[in-house]
Amino acid sequence: MSAAAEPAGTPTPAEAAETLRLRGIRKTFGSLTALDEVDLDIPRRGTTVLLGPSGSGKSTLLRCINLLEEPDAGEIDFGDGPTRLGGRLGARTVRSIRARSTMVFQQFNLFPHLTALGNVTLAPIHTKGVAKEKAEVRGRELLEKVGLGSKADAYPDRLSGGQQQRVAIARALAMEPDVLLFDEPTSALDPELAAEVVAVLADLAREDRTLVVVTHSLAFAQRVADKVVFLEEGRILLDGPPADFFESEDARLRRFREMVSSAV
Amino acid sequence: MNTLQLWWQSLPDLLMAAVEVTVPLSLISFAIAMVLAVITALGRLYLPGPLKVIPWLYVWIFRGTPMVVQLFIVFFGLPNIGIVLPAMTAAVVTLALNTGAYASEAVRASILSIPRGQFEAAQTLNLSRRTTFSKVVAPQAFRIALPPLMNDFIDLVKGTSLVFAITITDLFQVGRQVAASTYQPMAMYALVALIYLVIVSLLSLLQLVLEKKVSAHVRSS
Ligand SMILES: Nc1ncnc2c1ncn2[C@@H]1O[C@H](COP(=O)(O)OP(=O)(O)O)[C@@H](O)[C@H]1O
Ligand SMILES: [Mg+2]
Repeated sequence: MSAAAEPAGTPTPAEAAETLRLRGIRKTFGSLTALDEVDLDIPRRGTTVLLGPSGSGKSTLLRCINLLEEPDAGEIDFGDGPTRLGGRLGARTVRSIRARSTMVFQQFNLFPHLTALGNVTLAPIHTKGVAKEKAEVRGRELLEKVGLGSKADAYPDRLSGGQQQRVAIARALAMEPDVLLFDEPTSALDPELAAEVVAVLADLAREDRTLVVVTHSLAFAQRVADKVVFLEEGRILLDGPPADFFESEDARLRRFREMVSSAV
Repeated sequence: MNTLQLWWQSLPDLLMAAVEVTVPLSLISFAIAMVLAVITALGRLYLPGPLKVIPWLYVWIFRGTPMVVQLFIVFFGLPNIGIVLPAMTAAVVTLALNTGAYASEAVRASILSIPRGQFEAAQTLNLSRRTTFSKVVAPQAFRIALPPLMNDFIDLVKGTSLVFAITITDLFQVGRQVAASTYQPMAMYALVALIYLVIVSLLSLLQLVLEKKVSAHVRSS
């Protein structure tokens, strides 16, 4: 079955640098296995779309990459050698792994007491030690990029959901991570506001960026995905080019496609 | 002597006592109480398991006993075990410890009320614990804790009237002396009450200004 995940082989160094490799990622919550030995290669400079029914472990997988959840076991490799996860990771290891990716959340999670610009510059100034003026110049550029140049001084409470999510994207971009992670970035938005965010995502996908996007939008997957991964009950059911997913005759995938399309 | 004359004559002494004792006692005690409150709240939230009992014990004891009894223990009791404190020091220590215990609950609740997503955003941005606290948690918690903390501050100002019991001549004690010597307790205590009311009103005004300031980011409608 071509849809099956490829077994973990030994990568050539060039390949390794071109991929984010996850191996044997396991995460349980009590007796529930949210991720069951997940192996996944995420290509650099490409958009990987994660699909799957609710509760299949998509969020947990993203959160494990960013160590918002610590996996019980597994390895993560950003191209410079694997790090064994599970057990107690030192604070320094956690921070260095976390620095490789930044998450954009379904609920935006902007800092309400800071302006749009304040949200975008906080981490560069305090985590990366960038000078305030420089961070603000860059911050304004990034807000411009997501179409919010005029909203730099607005507080989140005065922005629409779509605008808030775009600020959150600018905030993530400001970290210049290797990998940008999006967990259902448009699910909390009305369709027309979601469209603004999708437009920004599509722009990012055209650039040389590594994106991993959890979404229920098949249209988005069809439009921007370089790779589609389908999760079910904590396991990868399909991992391949979008055509594999959209043309698969697998009953479960067909059912999922029909369910999601009719829901929109 | 009619009431107005009595008020006119006693007002300077009362104001002097308020400015020299009641107000500074309140301000100094509250400042120390705030430091204690933040440390205690952080301790109860973040100390490893068994160590959490330390701040918990502190809050338990100081919330669970009357302040006047605490004053007596610190001023009259401690000398029995060799610790002699001047009356003003004993008053500051007691008022600060007492208010700190109450205020720590307001601070703790304010931190607990911050949505988990805020901490996750701080994590994904790789903010250090210290930056997360000072730039993300504290500003949001302050806004939430402000009204209950001002309540505690107001209670503290009124609570200073107990220090007459440990020989301090505060606003209330001066009022007592005048009331006793003039046989006009009604008129006298009414004036004392009015002065407390003015001080507390100023604090309420301060609260209004601060609330407006820290709520700038929230849509008013
Ligand atoms: N913090 C948690 N505690 C307990 N169970 C959790 C937690 N997070 C996720 N789960 C469970 O793990 C499974 C996978 O969840 P999730 O990754 O959120 O799925 P998805 O994002 O695909 O909807 C679900 O059954 C969910 O209930
Ligand atoms: Mg999810």
